[in-house]
This record gives sequence, C-alpha cells and structure tokens, in this order.
Amino acid sequence: MNPNYLDFEQPIAELEVKIEELQLVGSDAEINISDEIEKLREKSTRLTEKIYSNLSAWDIVRVARHPLRPYSLDYIPRIFTEFDELHGDRHFGDDRAIVGGVARIDGRPVMVIGQEKGRAVKDKVLRNFGMPKPEGYRKALRLMEMAERFKMPVITLIDTPGAYPGIDSEERGISESIAQNLAVMSRLATPIICIVIGEGSSGGALGIGVGDHLAMLQYSTYFVISPEGCANIIWKSTDYAPDAAQAMGVTSAVLQDLGIVDATIEEPLGGAHRNVDLMAERVREHIITELKRLEEMPLEEMLEKRYQRLMSYGS
Amino acid sequence: MSWIDKILPSGVRREEGQRRSNVPEGLWKKCLKCEAVLYRPDVERNEDVCPKCDHHMRIGARRRLDIFLDKEGREEIFSEIEPLDRLKFRDKKRYRDRLSAAQKSTGEKDALIAMRGTLQGLPVVVVAFEFAFHGGSMGYAVGEKFTRAAQLALEEGIPMVCFSASGGARMQEALISLMQMAKTSAVIERLKLAGVPYVSVMTDPIYGGVSASLALLGDINVAEPDARAGFAGPNIIEQTIRQKLPKGFQRSEFLLEHGAIDMIVHRNDMRDTLARLLAKLTNSELSQKAEAEEDELEQDEAALEQEVEAESKPEDE
Repeated sequence: MNPNYLDFEQPIAELEVKIEELQLVGSDAEINISDEIEKLREKSTRLTEKIYSNLSAWDIVRVARHPLRPYSLDYIPRIFTEFDELHGDRHFGDDRAIVGGVARIDGRPVMVIGQEKGRAVKDKVLRNFGMPKPEGYRKALRLMEMAERFKMPVITLIDTPGAYPGIDSEERGISESIAQNLAVMSRLATPIICIVIGEGSSGGALGIGVGDHLAMLQYSTYFVISPEGCANIIWKSTDYAPDAAQAMGVTSAVLQDLGIVDATIEEPLGGAHRNVDLMAERVREHIITELKRLEEMPLEEMLEKRYQRLMSYGS
Repeated sequence: MSWIDKILPSGVRREEGQRRSNVPEGLWKKCLKCEAVLYRPDVERNEDVCPKCDHHMRIGARRRLDIFLDKEGREEIFSEIEPLDRLKFRDKKRYRDRLSAAQKSTGEKDALIAMRGTLQGLPVVVVAFEFAFHGGSMGYAVGEKFTRAAQLALEEGIPMVCFSASGGARMQEALISLMQMAKTSAVIERLKLAGVPYVSVMTDPIYGGVSASLALLGDINVAEPDARAGFAGPNIIEQTIRQKLPKGFQRSEFLLEHGAIDMIVHRNDMRDTLARLLAKLTNSELSQKAEAEEDELEQDEAALEQEVEAESKPEDE
C-alpha cells in the first residue's frame, strides 16, 4: 500500500508507479516511450475521474483527513500576503492549534484565523493535532474583536478533529470558551467568512464557524459527532463509521441542500493535495467574490441577515 | 375502597386515566446514592432530594417547572413545536420511529418544555430540559423552543431561566443540531445586549453541545449540588489522556472552583435564591403577595403532612 493514497485510490497508485518506472527506463535506455507514458497518464486521469465521481460519504471523510491534505498554514501564504501572526489569549497562553493574524487579500487588510493540525510529527504535537484548548478559542475571540475595532473582515479556516477533550481543557472552561465565540460571532460588526478546508468536527469547528458565509471545499467534511463516535454509540463499534457517515450527511452536497452551507469550492482532480496552488487560488477567488458582496451590503442589513439566518436553522 | 387504597397517601394514589409518570409507582423509593429506602411522600415533599444524604435525584421537566414557578398564573408556551427529521435519518432504526417511541414513553413532543409564569411574583420565562426524552439532546425542536422563549423574554423584557439536563447535540439531526448551538447562543447574546437577565441552572448531567452553548452563557450560572457538567464525557477524556480522572471531576464543586459557575444552589433553595437574584438584576421588589402565597403553601404542606400521617395510620394497626 502506498501511504500517500487511500485504499480506494490504490489502482491510481499502481498506475503512477508504472509511470514512474517507465520514466526511469526511458532515461536509462534512451528509448522513446513517451507515447506509452502519455497513454498511462491519460488512463490514470480517467481512473481518478471515475473513482472521484463516485465517492461515498465515508470516502470523502477520509480524503478530508488525508495525511497530505493541505492545512491552514499551507493555504495562508498562498491566499494572503503580508501575514503577520499574532499570538496569545492574554490570559493563559498561546494555543498553537489555532493560528491567527493580520494579512491582506487582494490588497485589503483582513483578520485570518485557522485551525492547524501540523504536518511533521513534532509539529503535530506542538499543534496538539489541531485540537484547540480554551486559550485557542479565546485567542480567536480576541483577534475577532480586534478585527471589529479596525473594520477588518474575518476569514476563518476550519480544520479540526474537535476541541481537545482533556482535564486541563475542562478546567479552563472549554465549553464556555466555545459558547462565548458563538455568541460574539453572531453579532460581530464586520463580515465573517468561514471555510471548511478539511475536517469540521462538531463544537470545536463551530467555535470559529459562525458568520455571514459558510463554504466547504468539495472533499471536506462537517459533522456534529465523528462518524466513528456516532457508530460507537449506535452500533457499539467503529466498524460502522461508513454507515454513520452516510446517515448523518457529512458532505457539502447534503449540507448545501439543508441550507446550512452556502457554497462548495471545487477541488482539483483527486483532491486538494494533488494541486495545492490551484486549490488555494480557487479559495482566494471565492473569498474575494464573497467579501465584495458582503461589503456592498449596509452593515446593519448584513448583521440582521446573519442573525435571521441563525434563527432559521432547521426549519 | 380496597385496603391498599386506604393506606396509600393521597400523593401516591392515582385516578384512572391520569397520565403515567416516568417513575415506577410505589410507596418506597431507593436513593441511588446512599441506597436508603425512602418513603416516597417524604422524598416528594423534599422536591426529590434524598432526605438522608441530600442527593439531588433527577427529575423531569414538568416536575421541575412545577416546583419552581408560583402555583398561580403559569402557562405552557410554544408547545406546538414538533421535531423534524429533515435528513430522514436511519441507523438500526428510523429516527422517526425513535421519536415516536420517546414521545409515547414521555408524553412530550421533544426534550424541552417552556412556560411563562411568575417566581415569587416576578414575571419569568422558564424552560426545562426533559432528560428522559433522548437524553435531553438538542435538535431542531429544542433549539427552536429555547429561541422562541428567549425572544418572548426579549420582547417583553422579562428574565429567562433555563434548567438544563442534556447529553448534548442530537446526532440524528446531525449538523442541524450543531447549528442550534449557534442559534441559541445568538439569541442569548441579544438578551445580554438588551439587559434582560438570563440565568442558567445546570442540573445533572450536561455535556457536549448544550454545555458549549446555552448552559454556560448565563449572566449567572448556577448548578445543583453534585451535578456533572462538561464538554467531553469522562470516558472520552480517559480514552484520550489514558489516565484516571480525579475524584469530583466535572462536578458542581469542580465547576465552582474553576470559575465556571457563580454558585451551587440546593434544590430546596432554588426558588428563593433565583427570586432574590432576579429581583436585584431587574431592580424590583419581591411582592408581599408572593410571600403570603408562600406561607399559604407551607400551611398547605403542613396540612398534607397531617393528612398523610392520618391516612397511613391503619397500616400500624
């Protein structure tokens, strides 16, 4: 198994290996086999298209958690310019599972807040695998309130396996820190755009996820409880996670139908990790378009719309 | 009247056709904490607090509202709100069937009951979670009822009190449930901006999505003694950190010590304490009438006690 490919992608991985081998042969033996390589490449593309046109909810969850999936820190330098990271909640510490700071998009100053899972092992530990503690949500809150004062729109990038379930987290009030963010984001007097870039897990995701516009990347996921957690409760076994994922409707397609998600940003063939630059460019364009729309609206109207939208959830 | 009816105190006797409560009927009740076998009327008179060890037993939403609000002038509100199954959720059973079963067993449409009434004369809007309905979980119906009750409080400028008891967001309504967290938090924020008091009373247990939204956003957060409240359940935390949790973790005393709540209030003192707090927050006086009513109630209770004693006598003879 190639760890850079998920199990349902293994046929693609095998083709890619063949292509690589042929390329090596080609350079060694100086035989012209470019036609053959070209054919295999086409085949690989068609195969990827075929596999990706028919992904189950559970497959999408797994793409969203792919080890090569781009994280906030992969997107931020590609989407924004002049990102200056700001640290700390001013009360307890600096939670590296949430990064935030001021930046520009298309020249316009914005506040960027994103959950970061961390890439290498050491980095994952530093970032607590993207599971924020109360100080993370309070840092986010501090930055959002600052954005309001300086009339900067807020852009949040959601990607977390959930808020951290630990003793210290509970001691410092993880529930309150999330609840407070929900309350304040419902009325923060500046545009808020939220984008689920990977895994949007429950309250931990929502804690930076209330705003005027909610978009999801095509193969990202958003759920109230992880499919494994749901399966464990209902079927008493995580083996049923695929069924749970299907039943809960954890994909942008279902959530857009429910009116919870506003837009789906299309991913490059085979997922965002196959072409990070292209993905980042699409996200950037999406943000610019939505920002323009929101900033043309009178502030009062935008806030009332945000509130009424929250009130309408479920009905 | 058969001999058994004669010895049953009036509080226990049930007429034909009366709605069944969730508690199995009987003259005796065992305290789940100290395991003392208790005389049911004693327990009921003590608002379902164990007279021996002070354990606050779980009580249903209607009982909660009944012991909290003044007897006169209460009215159930937004009872028309019904749960929705927009996802047509199905696991081993259909969610719709699970809902019908819960509705049948509890007699409620969903897990939140709302009433308006008075507390020692002060007008209040009160909501209470019914834990027996799907573990008091919050889906559309709970979120919607809470929100409408809060909007009523906002429009009329009267304080809101919420008694929560919930396992969290209802997973069968998936992201719709999650969004109820944002919805309820948003309306609470409006109460806050308008200066309308919101008191959250946490009763055992409160976890997940309800904890991370409406339960911890009170102007004043109160908990009953020994109630458990937290974001993640103890099992999840133990699995994550691979160590045993300290004694008393996530209990009311823990919450008080770590600054999450303002005070722990005994169930018997709930009315007095909340009335006193709300009167100050709204700069009003508790009415004499309410106090007089209280006295009257106490007299009623004393009379009931005598009646009960008189009725139980034949048993000894």
